[in-house]
Amino acid sequence: MSDYRTPLSRVKGLGSAKDGTSHFWHQRLTAIALIPLVLWFGFGLASLPTDYDSLTGYIQQPAIAVALILLIASVFYHAQLGIQIILEDYVSSHAKRTLMIIAVSFTCLICALIGIVAVIKILVGA
Amino acid sequence: MNTNSRHPISPHLQIYRLPLTALLSITHRATGVILALGAVLLIWVLASLSAGPESYAKVQPVLQHWFGQLVLFGITFSLYFHFCNGIRHLFLDVGMGFELETSDRTAKLAIVVAIILTIATWVVAAGME
Repeated sequence: MSDYRTPLSRVKGLGSAKDGTSHFWHQRLTAIALIPLVLWFGFGLASLPTDYDSLTGYIQQPAIAVALILLIASVFYHAQLGIQIILEDYVSSHAKRTLMIIAVSFTCLICALIGIVAVIKILVGA
Repeated sequence: MNTNSRHPISPHLQIYRLPLTALLSITHRATGVILALGAVLLIWVLASLSAGPESYAKVQPVLQHWFGQLVLFGITFSLYFHFCNGIRHLFLDVGMGFELETSDRTAKLAIVVAIILTIATWVVAAGME
């Protein structure tokens, strides 16, 4: 027997990182969600005039606002997970790496919330 | 280190030419970081839109400036490259396309499709001017 893990830890399948494959899995889930969202966003935005009334009028359609909120949430979650991997690969100092991951996580969360609140504000015309 | 040793030494990154697939892998990360910054730009634009016409009037000229357009073009290509190569990675994740020839072909395909999507998006955008 070369496996020293307890039966409980094996059945939980969480490994040394304590969160199992959830990071990997969420990175893929957000990637899949972003496939239709990115195509819609790229071509949807390209086919709009860039003046204030056209853009706000577009976002004031509820379906567009929902898609935009989904895009913002998926993008920043995906970005946070991705940048974390890059930091884990390239920043060797444990303290520096942890601080940078925390800073990136907070920045992504704040940006996502600012974006979502902005979309809702445009939607309700406040 | 014994320089007379006939053991292979690890590739020296400044001399070793990365294969296309390795080049795509590091470009995937680079474009990911660019896109994260692009996402912050999107939030800035959305926030200015939500703050009203006067606020957006300060942002619009920045985006329409030639340098702003250049940045947006770069973000568009990064977006579609990361999109195409990301889909390629999803296939790799389920164990498809690992053969050298296949992965090289899908790498080239990802670049070509990314260029086509970038041009198509800007052609659509130019039609709106």
